[in-house]
Amino acid sequence: MKTVRAFLVGVAVIGLALLLVGLRVNPYAYFAGYVVLQYVIIATAWNVLGGYAGYVNFGTPAFFALGAYTAIFLIEAFGAPLPVLILAGGLVAGLLGLGIGYLTLRLKGVFFSIATFALSVVLQTLIINWDYVGGAKGYTLIRPPAPFFGSWAILLFMVMVGLAVVTVLVARSVERSWIGRGLAALRDNEEAAECMGVPTLRLKLFATTLSGFFLGVAGAPFPYYVTYVEPSSAFDLNYAVNALAMPMIGGTTTWMGPVIGAVLLGTAQQVATVTISSELNLLIVGVVLVLFVVLAPEGIVGLVRRLRRR
Amino acid sequence: MSRPMADTLLEVDAISKRFGGFLALDRVSLQVRAGERLGLIGPNGSGKTTLINCISGALPTDGGRILFEGRDITALPAYQRTRLGIVRSFQIPKPFTSMTVLENLGIPLEYAAPARSHGAAAALDILRAIGLDAKAQLRPTGLTQIEMRKLELARAMAARPKLLISDEAMAGLSSAEVDDILAILLRLNESGITIIMIEHIMRAVMRFSQRVVVLDAGTRIAEGTPEEIVRNPAVEKAYLGE
Repeated sequence: MKTVRAFLVGVAVIGLALLLVGLRVNPYAYFAGYVVLQYVIIATAWNVLGGYAGYVNFGTPAFFALGAYTAIFLIEAFGAPLPVLILAGGLVAGLLGLGIGYLTLRLKGVFFSIATFALSVVLQTLIINWDYVGGAKGYTLIRPPAPFFGSWAILLFMVMVGLAVVTVLVARSVERSWIGRGLAALRDNEEAAECMGVPTLRLKLFATTLSGFFLGVAGAPFPYYVTYVEPSSAFDLNYAVNALAMPMIGGTTTWMGPVIGAVLLGTAQQVATVTISSELNLLIVGVVLVLFVVLAPEGIVGLVRRLRRR
Repeated sequence: MSRPMADTLLEVDAISKRFGGFLALDRVSLQVRAGERLGLIGPNGSGKTTLINCISGALPTDGGRILFEGRDITALPAYQRTRLGIVRSFQIPKPFTSMTVLENLGIPLEYAAPARSHGAAAALDILRAIGLDAKAQLRPTGLTQIEMRKLELARAMAARPKLLISDEAMAGLSSAEVDDILAILLRLNESGITIIMIEHIMRAVMRFSQRVVVLDAGTRIAEGTPEEIVRNPAVEKAYLGE
């Protein structure tokens, strides 16, 4: 029953977004909304591995950029349409996720994090040297006229609304299934989980693949959004920092945490970019993250629960 | 080597384990009969925990075979051995700290136990039998040392073991608490569970075990009834030196 309700809430969110589109607010709102929604997907996807399974991935830019560059390759090679780009971007990044899943056999804790960070650097170097997708110069996409809504900003905004709803619903159902309980067990103690019958390797591979898939999905529409992609923007360190900071601020143990974190922090960054300076948004992340780690290590969700219990 | 008997539950056949240049286990063999209470003792560093890590699948072996109910399980990952019925508890309790005591039992019930024994009711039954039902809704961090040990045993029970390997479940407990844990283990054995007990507290091992195996420096140096073991000069030498 609860699953049905969650599904209905998802549909309602999409409906609300459509209504918003009907209102024809300032086009910049869609442009900014896209970024916030992109972060909802990134934070939720990151949290499947980082929050549920406890493996901190510093390589978010690698997955995001792999989604974006898979899209660029498919546009360049076949002129593939957006839905295909999103699916393919997700699948390729999911494969990379499966690969780093096998890393967890040997690398735990901070060593895993360093390896994922290195992965991002290696992949960026490869892309810089691959001229077919633009190399170091970057890739310029000339968009055809938007097929729906009459504007790419609105169309991409709606695409992101849909993708974010799907990502959150999937993360939520994983969290509440036997898989989520097994992941929580291995996060708490991997050795004990294995000895209690939890197939830890298989569950970790599932988590890294699913997490990678949705990070790639978040990156696939990126070329359409910016129309000019260069390695340094697709592999931006901001993605690594935000992917980690947003779930930490919202709370990592539930699906709601990354959503809350992404909406709050993502919106704050967008507002700060416009009203103060585009450099300030990283400062905001830093300050807020430090405050939360010190004062509310279980994030907003944990804080609310603690206050309610009193 | 003696031939396996018809009711052999676990047979460890000449397994070795090497850590770099250090031979932690040197062709150790061991047979455990169904329903037996076996004590495994030896000085610190003799390879007891390594041996049970190999049996439970936490460590791969470097040679030798392990048979459970006649089936070769040497290559099986740990979680599959658990599902077959080999369950171990840890020397240092390793509870799932983000879950309540009840939820801790839910993991093995869901992942290891046969399908019919699922659910909170089954978990509560186990907690009641072990005397931890009043703490069902607490987080493990709020438990005392003995309660933590009991949780470790309760969680192992939730996996519905045929063979329970108890790794120093009593270290650091008071004498009354040792009796408490001992009584639980004896009850479990009466219900049909075979138990291997690794323990440093001699009073407990000798009272509990029907048979004792002694390890020293990675080899098996003695085997016999508790009475035989205490009189064995090789065992005395291993513990006290010459």
